[in-house]
Amino acid sequence: MNYADLFRVTLPETILEIAAVVVLIVDLAFLRKSAQQLRTTSAAFFGIIGCAAAAWYLPLGVGNLNGPDGLALLSTGGAAACAQIAILALTGLCLALLVETLFTRHVGEFVAVMLMSAAGGLIIAAAQDLIVIFIGLELLSLGLYILTAFAKKSAKSAEAAIKYYLFGAMSAAFLLFGFSYLYGLTGSTNLQRIAQHSYFQSYFGAAALLDVALVMVAAGLGFKIAAVPFQLWAPDTYEGAPAPAAAFVASVSKVASFALLISVGTAALHVSGHYAIGQQITADVPEVSARHFGMNGPWWLLLAVLSVASMIVGNLAALAQSSVRRLVAYSAVAHAGYVLLGLAFFSYSALSARAVLYYILTYGLTTIGAFGVVAVVERATGSDRMDSFLSLHKRNPVLAAVLLVFFLSLAGIPPLVGFWAKFNLFAAVLAVGAGPVPFALVALAVAFSAVSLYYYLQVLKRAYVMPGPDESPIRAHPVTMIVLVFIAVAVVVLGCFPSLLGDWIASFYSLG
Amino acid sequence: MLAWTIYLSFAGALLEALIGAVLPARPGESQRSAAMARWLALAIAIAGLALGIAGFAAGTGHGRITIVDVPWIASMGIRYTLAADGISLVLVLLTGIAAVAGVLFSWNVEVRTNQFFAFYLALIGGVYGVFLSFDFFLLFVFYEIAIVPKYFLIAIWGSTRREYGAMKLALYSFVGSAMVLIGLLAAYATAGSHSTGLVDLAHAGLPVSFQMWAFPLVFIGFAILAGMWPLHTWAPTGHVAAPTAASMLLAGVVMKLGAYGCLRVAIGVFPHGLDPWGFSFLGLGSWRDVFAVLAVVGIVYGALVALAQTDFKFVIGYSSVSHMGFVLLGLVTLTQIGMTGAVLQMFSHGVIAGLLFAIVGRIVYDRTHTRQFAELEHMHLSRRLPFAAWAFVIAGMASIGLPGFSGFVAELQVLIGAWIARPWWTIVAGVGIVVGVAYTWRALQKAFFSDLAPAQHIHDHAHALDPITWPEIAGVALLGGATLVVGLYPRVLLDAIEPAVKSLLAGGLQ
Repeated sequence: MNYADLFRVTLPETILEIAAVVVLIVDLAFLRKSAQQLRTTSAAFFGIIGCAAAAWYLPLGVGNLNGPDGLALLSTGGAAACAQIAILALTGLCLALLVETLFTRHVGEFVAVMLMSAAGGLIIAAAQDLIVIFIGLELLSLGLYILTAFAKKSAKSAEAAIKYYLFGAMSAAFLLFGFSYLYGLTGSTNLQRIAQHSYFQSYFGAAALLDVALVMVAAGLGFKIAAVPFQLWAPDTYEGAPAPAAAFVASVSKVASFALLISVGTAALHVSGHYAIGQQITADVPEVSARHFGMNGPWWLLLAVLSVASMIVGNLAALAQSSVRRLVAYSAVAHAGYVLLGLAFFSYSALSARAVLYYILTYGLTTIGAFGVVAVVERATGSDRMDSFLSLHKRNPVLAAVLLVFFLSLAGIPPLVGFWAKFNLFAAVLAVGAGPVPFALVALAVAFSAVSLYYYLQVLKRAYVMPGPDESPIRAHPVTMIVLVFIAVAVVVLGCFPSLLGDWIASFYSLG
Repeated sequence: MLAWTIYLSFAGALLEALIGAVLPARPGESQRSAAMARWLALAIAIAGLALGIAGFAAGTGHGRITIVDVPWIASMGIRYTLAADGISLVLVLLTGIAAVAGVLFSWNVEVRTNQFFAFYLALIGGVYGVFLSFDFFLLFVFYEIAIVPKYFLIAIWGSTRREYGAMKLALYSFVGSAMVLIGLLAAYATAGSHSTGLVDLAHAGLPVSFQMWAFPLVFIGFAILAGMWPLHTWAPTGHVAAPTAASMLLAGVVMKLGAYGCLRVAIGVFPHGLDPWGFSFLGLGSWRDVFAVLAVVGIVYGALVALAQTDFKFVIGYSSVSHMGFVLLGLVTLTQIGMTGAVLQMFSHGVIAGLLFAIVGRIVYDRTHTRQFAELEHMHLSRRLPFAAWAFVIAGMASIGLPGFSGFVAELQVLIGAWIARPWWTIVAGVGIVVGVAYTWRALQKAFFSDLAPAQHIHDHAHALDPITWPEIAGVALLGGATLVVGLYPRVLLDAIEPAVKSLLAGGLQ
């Protein structure tokens, strides 16, 4: 390890931090007395420039950053680069929706914290070492707590942040506890080394402590992706946080955490000795299940249990919600459940990793859009109750149409991208796992997406069908509308031509 | 060429949606934009019908014609395959006719007209797509596209308990399509051929044990939409809640989507699912027996329930369940004549049910504002709306299967096919026909030819019925003409259907 390497590999993170500082300086030094609108616009503008620059320079930093023992700490390129670009793009979209924000006067700080948080996400996506993972997670999470609490005048925001923080702190403790066991059992903090050691150890028996460690790790990571039973923070945070913060939590943080889970799964597969990043497995090679995940047995079972619980609880709880934000939160739990299924049956080839990335990327995109619509409606009506959406089609036809696209995509209706993401993911699960168990789980997932249509339609029904008391037009900032329409068009186009994004993701698997 | 039916419909839907965005409904403008929406929809529907007729004329007797076949999602071997054989051609023709008639009978939609036609054309586009897809994945995509517009058409423009009916319909459809999706995923994973083409899957040599459970899964998934007893309950409520054009489309083409899926996908891809189990349970020895019994029960049950209705539209709703039973029965006979009859019955019922719903929903209900027989009995509609009465006489005759109408040819073939397979199916289904005569007669008598004294409050408003408008006459002529032409000269369709069924029976989709 030397500083040249460090600088090279963490170039995008560095750019984001610089952008954060620039945003702060511009906002606090030059625009202190300016109008709120100008400050917001400039902060968002510099933030987006920072994200774009980071994404632009990302390919320069491809490579490994090795620790003193010669094992990788950070490994960029491949799946990590793909997730990183996605994180930057989604952060940019969150920033673009920040225009005409009213919840705070300190937009500069808000944007700066968001950028730093995103930097944490970038680190997680590339991390190969327990300590680096933990640093990245904390960097991301601390930012998220602050963002959640940013609406200082709102009691809900404060409550959400405290809940989020307490749960987060507890889960971090679990995670560290699990990490310490892993280190104790294997003598290494490197993911692949751990996978290797634990595989051989458990092969000869005596894996009880390993089970404890994995349960703890699953608890810590399950919190980040809001999998049942670690989802309790999600509804409150989604409901209480300012809309851009909630969108950020729902998209960027999810992408980063799932990218981490992909790294974990990939590391486990290295053990079998056949797998290398970038190796394109042809269709004829039989898929080998990662069921004996280096960490033998319990890991896939843990993920499968979390997955089933999340699908059931998320979908059923969403049925009973009257707040759209809580509805989206519970649906996020359900979506995490679907993705966990893809991770539980993680493929020997890049198949599963690609399917999971595809799902979570498009999910993040759609959710940002959904939160954008919710934010506009909320500003106009003062509430995110379902009834605030009454007769939206008259109040703002474009907004209603955009909401229709987002929610139908989340429900998995073709030709929108959400459908293809689900199909791709489930096909990957069935390709990996033969036999009745994966099939039953996929059947359950498909059945629950049928349930999900009901609650999405509850919102759309209010937007399109039921008459409302107030039919005055809702106006949104042109930039907001452009961004929302752009996302909606992307959802439709990517759904009609799934190969566009699929091939783009696949291209990262040949970078080496 | 036929592919343009799909693209035109979706383009039309988009244009209709944009009319609303570009011309916001100002008080003075709304009239004009509504008229524009109507004419645009009619133009698109007629263009679709013209393409359908031209395609039918050009394609009959040429076997399966591939229209488009390009890679779509290369990484998974999914192709964008549109093709048409005789069965597809007949159903595309039906869709064209139903679409034009539906627009004509929705001429009086004044509320959110452009949105109505946007959803309407999106639904039509999805239906065309299903009938022309020869790739399971693509077929499924179009199949699901058709669900959402149905929901909004019913929930926004419907009548009796519309939100309930619409949600019930949407959830039933979505549950059905979830079953189909599971079948699709399983077939894709099991075949291992990295293709979802219907022809590829049929040739993939799927293990018989797999087909044994995949067949009923997919068949039931599609049959929900075909109104198979006991999963038909969405149909009457959905039909009654729907606005006229939507119930015409529901009965006319959407239920055919289900039946078509049963035929093309379930029977075409998993033919061994119909093989005998090797044991017999309650006299049932295979899935074929099971579904035949359900179909026969549906025929009789639908007819009996129709006989007991007090709401005119419910009579037609349940009669649809009964008539769709003939389609399903014909399909599982697995005989040339039975399956030909089933496809012909799809066309026939599509036209006749469309006509019946148009008369009940548009011509009668929009004028009298009631569908209750108890009130209609006092209205002497045969004298006040002679056009409606005679149109219903014709439609009713066609519906009960009088020779000279398409229903006769179709149901006769189904019954012969059933007799070849299991005579008692024919005997029980025959009871359904007799009851069909009874409920049609009863509806005719109560709604139009009753001689009860007019009730006082109705008498006062005797002059209030609007005159019949030209779109209604044109629509009745189109639908009535179609059933009559096919009834008098069934060869015109049979020439297309028979070779397609023959090749399907000879060895799946070759």
